[in-house]
Amino acid sequence: MRSRKKKGLWFILPSLAGVSIFYLIPFCDVVRRSFARSMGVGFAGLDNYRKVLTNSAFLLAAKNTLRFVAVCLPLLLLLSLLLALLLQRRVWGRHVMKSTYLLPMAIPAASVVLLWRLLFDRQGMLNGLLERLNMTGVDWMNTGMAFCVLIFTYLWKNLGYDIILWSAGLSGISESIYDAARVDGAGRWQNFWYITLPNLKQVGAAIVVLSFLNSFKVFREAYLVAGNYPQEDIYLLQHVFNNWFRDLSVDKMAAGSCLLSGIVLGLVILLQKSWGKEDW
Amino acid sequence: MRRVFGTAVSMVFVLLCLAPVLFLVIGSFMGNDEIYRHIAPVIGNAEGYAGWTPLPMYPTFQHLVELLLDSPEFFHMFWNSVKTTVCIMGGQLLFGMPAAWGLARYSFPGRRLIYMLYIVLMMMPFQVVMLSEYLVLDRLSLLDTAGAVILPGIFATFPVFLMYRFFRGVPDSILEAARIDGAGELQLFFLMGIPLGSSGIISAMVLSFLECWNMIEQPMVFLKTKSLWTLSLYLPEINGSNAGFCICASFAALLPAALVFLSGQDYLEAGIVASAVKE
Repeated sequence: MRSRKKKGLWFILPSLAGVSIFYLIPFCDVVRRSFARSMGVGFAGLDNYRKVLTNSAFLLAAKNTLRFVAVCLPLLLLLSLLLALLLQRRVWGRHVMKSTYLLPMAIPAASVVLLWRLLFDRQGMLNGLLERLNMTGVDWMNTGMAFCVLIFTYLWKNLGYDIILWSAGLSGISESIYDAARVDGAGRWQNFWYITLPNLKQVGAAIVVLSFLNSFKVFREAYLVAGNYPQEDIYLLQHVFNNWFRDLSVDKMAAGSCLLSGIVLGLVILLQKSWGKEDW
Repeated sequence: MRRVFGTAVSMVFVLLCLAPVLFLVIGSFMGNDEIYRHIAPVIGNAEGYAGWTPLPMYPTFQHLVELLLDSPEFFHMFWNSVKTTVCIMGGQLLFGMPAAWGLARYSFPGRRLIYMLYIVLMMMPFQVVMLSEYLVLDRLSLLDTAGAVILPGIFATFPVFLMYRFFRGVPDSILEAARIDGAGELQLFFLMGIPLGSSGIISAMVLSFLECWNMIEQPMVFLKTKSLWTLSLYLPEINGSNAGFCICASFAALLPAALVFLSGQDYLEAGIVASAVKE
């Protein structure tokens, strides 16, 4: 018995070795560097952190990123829940619909860049459409509206993912609870508020965390459409990191990575709580 | 009334999701002049607004032919993408699959710690690990080689986590029965684990494929030499005379991902669900 348990370790060792070499050990080095002077020697205390937290580019990006998350997360959660609820009913072609929602996930960012330019240019299709509806267009990518384009991109990309998760949560609720409620005279809304929502709490928590982590990936589109220095409102944390990287500001990057990883770690712990103990 | 409204709302979103693909398909078969007429306000200096049309007036295979026969740069990058993706996925099977099995089926000291580590790493956005990856790749003199993208990709922990979820579902009794019949631990893994966990393995590979194929940050940051770049970074400067070609190239970049998506759809959905919800 004892030796069998140990054998399990052999299955993991090759992978663990790789993970240690490529992620774990270098990350420890990064933590060390975040407290070191710029060339990696000498102790700097919290200087690097102070530098990062007073850096105007970082502050702007942090503000934008927070604003982005604060707007897009609730929107995405509501919209995907709504669509998942619609799909729950036995409408024709719902299986096909579900997979179509997922399609944007498979579309490479490079493939949509061109279309985004054509859509959101000052003389683009969207403004053309608005003109036809007798509204004045805006320069989407070069004004504060770039923020909306980013939100749209995020929603478009992640909608399917969240719909799948909500659907899984919804189909986990037993039909008999609804039947019992109906017998007791509960209406549609009552069903929704007192049965559906409470039962979705666990899935919901997981969806929030995963959607938040996915929000970092919207940088791909932002970067390909707008480059290293986009319109001020969509200058995200990822842009800062990229630009620091190009200048090789190792000290700032190290401190920034540690800060960000702390936040992610906190979220993972929240997620762990929603998954429950026994799975860990 | 309510049902009609619901269906209409769903359809609007379905169309939004489909639109980019339709745009690329239509554009790929449209002549340059025609495309230019539609999009000149954006890429040229024409008045008015860009538009589009549901069907090309004069369909043509010109761009497709050009792409297939006369664009070495595109092909080179396409091949780079294939190579990177295949290597990463192969490596994930080789290293990640046994790791998932070990984590799921054995309880050795430190198991929980390792599992925790894998989950935390899986959640980290690329920007957090960018510096540490750079440092280690520099130390191993892997920067600006294909290995700079492939090796860290192989040890991504998300596929391990996903396969773990599925391996957990294999009933203990089957394994015990096999052990009594004298099967060794390796035999158990190859003869019971892999076949019984195959749907999880496929799910993980479908998600990995999409991830690798669309990878942008890693090649952009770690590869300086353009001849090593992957297709996801292929962005030709669009102008009046190559618009059709650019669209066709974008379409070609999408095609492998779309094919994997279509054929592995159920696995993809199962994988997404397993990544968040416990059965």
